[in-house]
Amino acid sequence: MNGETTAPRPPPPIFVGHSSLRGVIASEITKLRTVRSTMWSFGVLVVLAVGLSALATSLTTSHWNQAGFGERFTFDPIRESLIGVFFGQFAIGVLGVLVISAEYTTGTIRASLAAVPKRFRLLLGKIIVFGVATLIIGEIVAFASFFVGQTLLHAPAPHATISSPGALRAVTGDGLYLCLLGLIALGIGGIIRHTAAAVSAYVGLLLVIPIIIALLPSTVSNDVTRFLPASIGHTVVSRIQDPHNFSPGIGLVVLAIYAAVALGVAGYLLVHRDA
Amino acid sequence: MRRICGIFAEGTGSYVIEVRGLTKRYGDKIAVEDLSFNAYPGVVTGFLGPNGSGKSTTMRVIMGLDHPNGGTATINGRPYHDLDWPLREVGALLEARAIHPGRTARSHLWMLAQTNQIARSRVDEVLDIVGLTEVANQLTGKFSLGMSQRLGIAASLLGDPGVLLYDEPVNGLDAEGIRWVRNLLIGLARQGRTLFVSSHLMSEMAQMADDVVVIGRGRLITQALMSDLLAGNQQSFVRVRSPGIDPLVVLLETNGARISRESDGSISVSGLTEEMVGDLAFEAGIALHELAPVNASLEEVFMELTEESVEYHGAPGGSQ
Repeated sequence: MNGETTAPRPPPPIFVGHSSLRGVIASEITKLRTVRSTMWSFGVLVVLAVGLSALATSLTTSHWNQAGFGERFTFDPIRESLIGVFFGQFAIGVLGVLVISAEYTTGTIRASLAAVPKRFRLLLGKIIVFGVATLIIGEIVAFASFFVGQTLLHAPAPHATISSPGALRAVTGDGLYLCLLGLIALGIGGIIRHTAAAVSAYVGLLLVIPIIIALLPSTVSNDVTRFLPASIGHTVVSRIQDPHNFSPGIGLVVLAIYAAVALGVAGYLLVHRDA
Repeated sequence: MRRICGIFAEGTGSYVIEVRGLTKRYGDKIAVEDLSFNAYPGVVTGFLGPNGSGKSTTMRVIMGLDHPNGGTATINGRPYHDLDWPLREVGALLEARAIHPGRTARSHLWMLAQTNQIARSRVDEVLDIVGLTEVANQLTGKFSLGMSQRLGIAASLLGDPGVLLYDEPVNGLDAEGIRWVRNLLIGLARQGRTLFVSSHLMSEMAQMADDVVVIGRGRLITQALMSDLLAGNQQSFVRVRSPGIDPLVVLLETNGARISRESDGSISVSGLTEEMVGDLAFEAGIALHELAPVNASLEEVFMELTEESVEYHGAPGGSQ
């Protein structure tokens, strides 16, 4: 029966080579660039983070004479100027989640996977593009916060320069911290796929788990707290190290491992689940 | 159509879609069971079945979006996942609304084109083919369903592929839009492409498809030429009303007719033409108040084919 229905069958076309990661990266850059809300979020993130750092440092300068001795002794001008970056981690988290969850909520994932059926390649493209974008944004935020903050910190309050001991490490490390948190959020988005639930999980990781751990007996919490992203973020920007915490370098490696695990699970699920 | 023929370069190749023993379950629910069929180049293969019969699932498996529990779906012998240039080999429109509302039509097409290294100029070409050039820079969130369908069709044509899959492509279109899609798809098939088009409407398929795959409850009911399907299932009868209905029934039955009595007092006569019924009644002196030939509609043919397999009787139409 079927034989009668066929037209003479021309040979299939011959294409040279095959699609590659390069095309996926170009496509992911376009995806990120062409949704206005993404660009707005990046802009708001930079302005808000730098603005908060400016606010904190200018308040410190104007209230320095009223500050107590202890406050003056532990004051860390580098950390103070990077305080806005702490708020940036929530914005970057939402963006990271949206990179994948928005594809599921809008259904674009079907078009994306039809164009790139090699699913891990699609995820890899997202990781590279979003990772580089957040690293650039993170470093811009960190450096801008530092320089704006140090300009606003002046006598009688102490201030730092980029060549002060630990300053460059703290600033570059903080930008990297933002990037790694963005990648963790990307992984969570890939695992959970629903925007609201994934954002909740990410915020819970940053805010709720530390509270729960703080309720544990200190013998336990001292060993566990150092593994929290918030503790690592604190370590990266601090002049005085808490002995219970990892060193900044080790801390960032631990954070990178979290990101790798989250993205690995997301990749496994992406390949094995129905889209 | 002239415009389209001019745009597609000659040498567009053709592929066969081959589905063999395909089974797909979602949890305990069997969506598709042991389904096998082929779709060939140069013709429109209609994929017909009631809502919820597994059409979309089958298309999703062919496109590599869902993993089958058994069987295979290949395009020219290869699973979708293994195609070297997916968009240049296969184009598809599965869900018109599956677009990011915050992106413009042009950006949507461009980000898809980039994955398969398709030239930027091709984005403008496909926008022109579907008539969306003027709204190319508008956010798709503002698009009507019809415009979204057109954008989806534009995306399917980006890579000038030899195989095209469309899931309910005329849903939500007005009469003019439906005619446009129908002519476009037929034209694409005539260029030697393999067209695989689903619908839950027999009448739509009858105007478009050369070959038809009918499924119900995830199982193959038949694969046939559209013309054979229509001829083989075409049923007609003669509707008769008469004040002397009882002697008429006896008379017609002795002449070999099959009679069924309807609730409104009329009878449906099959096996005799309306001329024969009229002549017999005249000779016997029985008055006739109505004598009308009735052809079973295409929808009735389809209903008959799938009756056993309709999942939700009485459910109104619409996308599953």
